[in-house]
Amino acid sequence: MTSIDENSKEKLRSVSVDLNHDASLLIDIPDALCERDKVKFTVHTKTTLSSFQKPDFSVPRQHEDFIWLHDTLVETEDYAGLIIPPAPPKPDFDSPRDKMHKLGEGEATMTKEEYTKMKQELEAEYLAVFKKTVQVHEVFLQRLSSHPVLSKDRNFQIFLEYDQDLSVRRKNAKEMFGGFFKNMVKSADEVLISGVKEVDDFFEQEKTFLLDYYSKIKDSTAKAEKMTRAHKNIADDYIHISATLNSLAADDMTANKKNLEKLSDLFEKFRKVEGRVASDQDLKLTELLRYYMRDIQAAKDLLYRRARALADYENSNKALDKARLKSKDIPQAEEHQRQCLQKFDKLSESGKKELTSFKGRRVVAFRKNFIEMAELEIKHAKNSVALLQGCIELLKSN
Amino acid sequence: MADTARDAPPEQTDFHELEDGEELFPEPATTQESQPASLAAEDISTNSNGPKQDSLFDDDPEDLFAEATEEVSLDSPERDVLLSDGPSPAITPITPPTSVITPRIGHTHDDMFTHSSFDEIEEEEGGDSFDIHISVSDPEKVGEYMTSMSLFKRNEFAVKRRFSDFLGLHSKLASKYLHIGYIVPPAPEKSIVGMTKVKVGKEDQSSNEFVEKRRSALERYLMRTVKHPILLKDPDVLQFLESSELPRAVSTQALSSAGLLRMVNKAADAVNKMTIKMNESDAWFEEKQQHFENLDVQLRKLHTSVESLVCHRKELSVNTAQFAKSAAMLGNSEDHTALSRALSQLAEVEEKIDQLHQDQANADFYLFSELLGDYVRLLTAVKGVFDHRMKTWQKWQDSQMLLQKKREAEAKLQFTNKPDKLQQAKDEIKELEGKVQQGERDFEQISKTIRKEVSRFEKERVKDFKTIIIKYLESLVQTQQQVNKTVSDIFHHN
Repeated sequence: MTSIDENSKEKLRSVSVDLNHDASLLIDIPDALCERDKVKFTVHTKTTLSSFQKPDFSVPRQHEDFIWLHDTLVETEDYAGLIIPPAPPKPDFDSPRDKMHKLGEGEATMTKEEYTKMKQELEAEYLAVFKKTVQVHEVFLQRLSSHPVLSKDRNFQIFLEYDQDLSVRRKNAKEMFGGFFKNMVKSADEVLISGVKEVDDFFEQEKTFLLDYYSKIKDSTAKAEKMTRAHKNIADDYIHISATLNSLAADDMTANKKNLEKLSDLFEKFRKVEGRVASDQDLKLTELLRYYMRDIQAAKDLLYRRARALADYENSNKALDKARLKSKDIPQAEEHQRQCLQKFDKLSESGKKELTSFKGRRVVAFRKNFIEMAELEIKHAKNSVALLQGCIELLKSN
Repeated sequence: MADTARDAPPEQTDFHELEDGEELFPEPATTQESQPASLAAEDISTNSNGPKQDSLFDDDPEDLFAEATEEVSLDSPERDVLLSDGPSPAITPITPPTSVITPRIGHTHDDMFTHSSFDEIEEEEGGDSFDIHISVSDPEKVGEYMTSMSLFKRNEFAVKRRFSDFLGLHSKLASKYLHIGYIVPPAPEKSIVGMTKVKVGKEDQSSNEFVEKRRSALERYLMRTVKHPILLKDPDVLQFLESSELPRAVSTQALSSAGLLRMVNKAADAVNKMTIKMNESDAWFEEKQQHFENLDVQLRKLHTSVESLVCHRKELSVNTAQFAKSAAMLGNSEDHTALSRALSQLAEVEEKIDQLHQDQANADFYLFSELLGDYVRLLTAVKGVFDHRMKTWQKWQDSQMLLQKKREAEAKLQFTNKPDKLQQAKDEIKELEGKVQQGERDFEQISKTIRKEVSRFEKERVKDFKTIIIKYLESLVQTQQQVNKTVSDIFHHN
């Protein structure tokens, strides 16, 4: 059982500003268990709301349960005008697992000490992936709990409270909706959005902005990830260098022995710093970009739904005109048209609000993370300098 | 919008605080201590662009010589001279077909890569030639010894040498000194691929790097050669350093018949080595050989790791540059003014940092990696010297055995009535006795020389490593300090 203590969670909660403010509904994931491929999260809720049966309770949930919750929210018509928080990505342990495998294969070529260090490094990486996935699932729930409308959702409540396995419910839901909405969105987005005539300047601007921004941020995320990986590779190289220097020191019988040991020690410390640089950059930059990339996709989905509503409205207009021509079923057509218009207006109004607050959220999160990242980079650089200068002094004095 | 019983999400208030015109990166709340002026560490050049390595000789009291700097620059000799040179009668070099087009590549001392004569792709040159300047720190007489030995006519001078000249020098030194136990520093290796690119006139990053790599390697090679007290006095070395024209060394081309002959000899040596079983009477030699074996293994391993480091750091530099571009595009796309500006700043910072990584990768390579590579090659020379000792011993033993046989034969001849043969046998024995004595003397001499050489080598090695490692660490310091400064500047730019 891997426990995540409050301290490290604070550090991890990076991509969104504090969501867990409102004491009426507090959610967190204090524990998670990793069994092979499956991660089991313990979702803990503390609430003062009467809609819940108990004030303080926990349930075990799997990643698929989160996806179910997300999908049901997306498919709920009432929420069409809201940005549904993006679903957390599936826990991905492939990268550290592959590396662990390669390490096992290469065990013969390195010293015992080197192997141990590499293993430690990999275990740390594993743990980091684990912590990240816990965080991203937690943030998803907290976004919901802090949203005025979504927090009241019945399915959300079920998710938090239902003390038995959700998988039965999941299957039913799939049969009911059949992923219809999702498929529609995935296939027809661009066509819809470009085909529909936009009446509102605000949305026109947002559409252009979001489409462009999405592709750019997707690219930035990928490039940031490559940067982080290069840092990690360098940290690994330092491990090997440190270990070989140690071997050299062991064989050396001259006064040089001490120098080699100091040098080996330096590279060992250096690689820890480099490792931290890599993980800080990962959390504050790569993860940030990745999260907002998904968030922007969610905002785009909102636009698509609105575009569809507009299309529906225009179609209803055409149907009304036809009905008037034929003098048949006019009141139904009128009613239908009125409903479409009402739905469209509702979507537009809530959409505007959501998109505006989204921008604010993004700016604040970016600012917080960039500043933190810069401060950490400075701290690490200073650390490195101190380590290096210390070693240089020792070497020179010998 | 449906009515809400709850407050609007807390982020709203934060958003209103940050107006469009506000900056994203305020002055930091925490006080930052000002960086010491050690940023002016630019004199520690990571690229050895002709550094004056003055300080290296200070410690050794036995070194009677202070340093001056001598420039050895290499240039292709006049093309006309080359063309008028008939091929040497003894050896007809097999020039690889790619050497047909050989442009002159000009470099000036201060600006390493001004390819002024790059466009002159005209005449054929048989060898590899290019124009570089290197500095070689060379000892010069001082004080009371000034008059007694005038090794050098002037203090500072420059001569033009081609790569094949260096190889020729090494080959001469090796043939003179290796077999008597002196550790002759190996010359840099020929690289057909690299040289071909340069010859074909490919003016790009990798051929620039190749030229710089070679220049640096040649400088280090010469440095090591002249640091050796015996080699320095060798007339070939002096001629190499001083005379304005050198006879062309034709036997150094990689694919020449001489080159092939050398390879065959090397192979034969290797086989011989395996068959010599020496009775080692001196534990010192056995111990040292083992020590060098281990050292070789470890250094090779370290070299590989450092090469990997160089590669990854170059990758990091490239990735950072790509990210910087991507962040700049993202900043352009961003419609919130302050965030847009912040993203552009981030892009700028990353671009500067990518350059720092690139510079650091160069330091990683030229200081650390090449040092290790040099010593891996040097150890081969060291091992070679031990092998020569074995061969000398073998020769001595062979002479002894032959003497023994001849003595037995002579004893037999005593009982026959062949006075001529007896006399001949006695003469042969006398000659052989001389040979045996010489063999023993040679063996003792080479053993003595090797002891001295190994001790000198070890001292040099330790000093060399320490100096260069310190330089390397200082380069790391500089990079980190620059990173610090670059990132801190974000906060101050506003």
